[in-house]
Amino acid sequence: MSTHDITVTINGAMTSANVESRRSLADFLRHDVGLVGTHIGCEQGACGACTVLIGGRSVRSCIMFAVQADGADIQTVESLAPGAEMHPLQEAFRRHQGLQCGFCTPGMLLRSLELINDNPDLTAEEAREGISSNMCRCTGYQYIVDAVLDAAAEMRAEEG
Amino acid sequence: MTVPEVRQHPEHLEWVGKSIPRVEDPKFLRGRGNYIDDYEVPNMLEVAVARSTMAHAKILSIDTSAAEAVPGVVAIVTSENVTDHVNPMPDFGPSPDKHTWYCLAVDKVRYMGEGVAVVAATSRAIAEDAAELIEVEYEPLEPLTDLLEALEDDAPLIHEALESNIPFQRNFTFGDVDGDFAAADVIVRDTLWWGRSGGQPLETVGAVADYDAATGMMTIHVNSMSFTHFLFLLANTLRVPSNKLDLQPHPSGGSFGAKFFEVKTATIAAMMARITGRPVKFMQDRLDNIANGDHHGSDRYYEVELAAKADGTLLSTRYKVVDNYGAYIQFGVGQHGNSLAQAVGPYRMSSIGYDLTAVLTNKCQQGAYRGFGSEVGNWILERMVDLMARELDMDPVDIRRMNFIQPDQFPYFIPTGNVYDSGDYEAVLNKTMELSDYKGWRERQAEMRAEGRHIGIGVCTCQERSVFSATEFWFWFDEPVAAPVTSAPESVTLKVDAMGAVTATLYSNASWGNSPETMVAQFVAEELGVEPEDVSVVYGGSNQGMPATGPGGSRFTIMVGGAVEGASQSIRAKAAKIAAHLLEANEDDLVWENGGFAVRGSPDQRKELAEIALAAHMFKHSLPEEIETGLEASHVQDHPYTTMPNPERTNLGVFYPFVGHASHVVVVEVDPETGRVEFLDYAAVHDCGTVVNPRSVGGQVIGGTVQGLGSTLYEEFLYDEDGVLRTPSFAEYLIPSAMDSPTLRVGHNETPSPYTPYGIKGGGEAGRMMAPSAICAAIDDALGIRIRRLPATPERIVEMVDAKD
Repeated sequence: MSTHDITVTINGAMTSANVESRRSLADFLRHDVGLVGTHIGCEQGACGACTVLIGGRSVRSCIMFAVQADGADIQTVESLAPGAEMHPLQEAFRRHQGLQCGFCTPGMLLRSLELINDNPDLTAEEAREGISSNMCRCTGYQYIVDAVLDAAAEMRAEEG
Repeated sequence: MTVPEVRQHPEHLEWVGKSIPRVEDPKFLRGRGNYIDDYEVPNMLEVAVARSTMAHAKILSIDTSAAEAVPGVVAIVTSENVTDHVNPMPDFGPSPDKHTWYCLAVDKVRYMGEGVAVVAATSRAIAEDAAELIEVEYEPLEPLTDLLEALEDDAPLIHEALESNIPFQRNFTFGDVDGDFAAADVIVRDTLWWGRSGGQPLETVGAVADYDAATGMMTIHVNSMSFTHFLFLLANTLRVPSNKLDLQPHPSGGSFGAKFFEVKTATIAAMMARITGRPVKFMQDRLDNIANGDHHGSDRYYEVELAAKADGTLLSTRYKVVDNYGAYIQFGVGQHGNSLAQAVGPYRMSSIGYDLTAVLTNKCQQGAYRGFGSEVGNWILERMVDLMARELDMDPVDIRRMNFIQPDQFPYFIPTGNVYDSGDYEAVLNKTMELSDYKGWRERQAEMRAEGRHIGIGVCTCQERSVFSATEFWFWFDEPVAAPVTSAPESVTLKVDAMGAVTATLYSNASWGNSPETMVAQFVAEELGVEPEDVSVVYGGSNQGMPATGPGGSRFTIMVGGAVEGASQSIRAKAAKIAAHLLEANEDDLVWENGGFAVRGSPDQRKELAEIALAAHMFKHSLPEEIETGLEASHVQDHPYTTMPNPERTNLGVFYPFVGHASHVVVVEVDPETGRVEFLDYAAVHDCGTVVNPRSVGGQVIGGTVQGLGSTLYEEFLYDEDGVLRTPSFAEYLIPSAMDSPTLRVGHNETPSPYTPYGIKGGGEAGRMMAPSAICAAIDDALGIRIRRLPATPERIVEMVDAKD
């Protein structure tokens, strides 16, 4: 099994590693780096539980090889609340109970962050369509849509 | 046991009834859920299962030599030697020896995906590499997937020891069915099919097992399984003494039934841990979970007759049902007990005929899926009530309303023997009508139809039974009295430390998408006057733990509520003695208020719980002799109300007594060309008694409704006639996305149960138990068709439209 040296930036910190060719980015993050907030639900890019941001864009880390991420700037759920305070998006998810079992939540948060960064004034319709990339088996999505809209409003207020 | 006493519920509640933010959420939001796959230990091996590629075949030989040669492979167990290591899996049905189930196939494979070998290696990838190199030589046998073909005399046998494919058949009569049918003016008949769907939580099932040869202790970290009082069954499977098995629960990333006593994953991990002497993780992948996860939902064919008077008064229902259980039958026909728990729905009917045939075929076996079979019963009954309304040219709302059991008729015993504790169905229906603007929608429907649009409105009024008792399982055995009356307990330990801070310990695998920590925090806050966010909730392992059953059958909130209530009473009783001493007052003169004891009439003379706790922990020798150090209490909440089935099997007894109710009104627009269903409006009003946390119940209702929508329109584990599973991944097994899901308007009605703490009834399964009925009625109404088979996929809807034209 051939291996590769890669250097990636994860949540702002640069890391070098030697990875097998077949190591998925999700397995690399979870098992090699120890960032277990990135979850694995289907391993075929269907469910979105493994979503991370690379250069601000959402990526399915279960169907990307770690070696393909060489040089990338990766953001995982652990970046959202490095200290005691949670991110406004996390607070909004909590206020609206935009989660139940919590398994889709990291992917859902990062996808939502991308949506709000792209369009801080997004409508309910746009939020719903935007998160349809990610499956949630618990909530029926409604409280997630509510949370995304509320977070967007909070983040606009903070910006303004 | 006898009928429990009617409770007087407190008039004012401080915390129960408030939508506080969930206490479990911060860890999940930060990605620190401590899910089972996040758990790793040094020197740990991982396993992969080699799965059958055939639906039905004799295993002639298995060659593992190539697999063994892969560097990193540590041990392999196959179908040929699995019985050397473990006993059969737990099986709750009658005659488990006639359809013996092991964690791997033995002698032959009975469905595509059944395990034939398990490889333990230094990584999952290596284990998978090796599993692919295992060569199995099969002798193909004729596959059988169709439930009606399974009944034929010349059908291939799934289990030769059973000598047929029918593990259970019996025709039950509850009440005077023949008399009611003879008295009927109208009888409607139909055949209906409920397709097989399943929970499919985004997190699969996993286990990390570690066997200590020195002590003989088998420790298994799991995200499935509760039933700590039943774990002797798993100990038997693993061949370890029951006091040498310890289960450590981890939060599960969703269950919906799919992790309800899922024992195979833990068995495989434990077997390999003992063989290798190293910790072993088995984490199912999605294919394992779909093809081999032992938790497919009901798969039923019905012939139904509903009898009524000409004015719409419902009299009786006769069911003939065949249920395709797949290759094994781990919970017996318990899913039908669930149907029979609420067999008459919310309607006054005096009899039920239930002719039940379970069959075995070459599919993965059934387990639990949100509703545990009662959701199917609801759909069948509501389909038939809609058919009767059509036959009598009545409004579907009117026929329901006129047949409701009335508020003054509770507690109401239904013909099958179960009791409905309380209810006010008309109030729920009226609220739903209002919330949905039913009349307004009927007017708009006429206008929109005039524009050529296919608009439909559907209504359902359904029951949600809650808090099962295992006593119902005795019903399925042939012996008149299979076993004495039993319980399904739940326990908690409350510890008030020297600072007055409270820790609650739970003993089941309670966290699987519900809100156990929030519920317990709200109960502790209510009982002991602390803030919910200050309550620490932890989970105890089974070996040092107390009897617990965990979530399932919408039982957990009620049962753990009773456990917290009982433990709190003990704590307050001890605290009262200490407070009396500290205040130099008579204990009888003390009153508990606002989290402390005060002398009646002298509110300034009081001791806070924290002051009492400090004395209890630190100053035992200054307290009365009989008081021991500490302030801690445990309580086992046993099932509040359950009775035995009768020997004649004409009465199941009471086994699901706290019965909620809901009404959904759905408005859809359907495209007859494509079969696409669009939701224009969705109103749902639920009555699960006293609501502990309205937002969290609302979340359960919405999420359950969307799962019901999935079972109605999209989801099916589809096996073709060769037994090939055609839906092995999320690319084929379609769970609803945000774009498929409606925005609900949710209302609550509260009819407290007279028998439970605070009057709570279960509410966790509700949405899925209602949505299929209302959605099908709406689609029928939009297109002038009648849905008789689920899922009503777009293709099937178009076929129905074409057949009509």
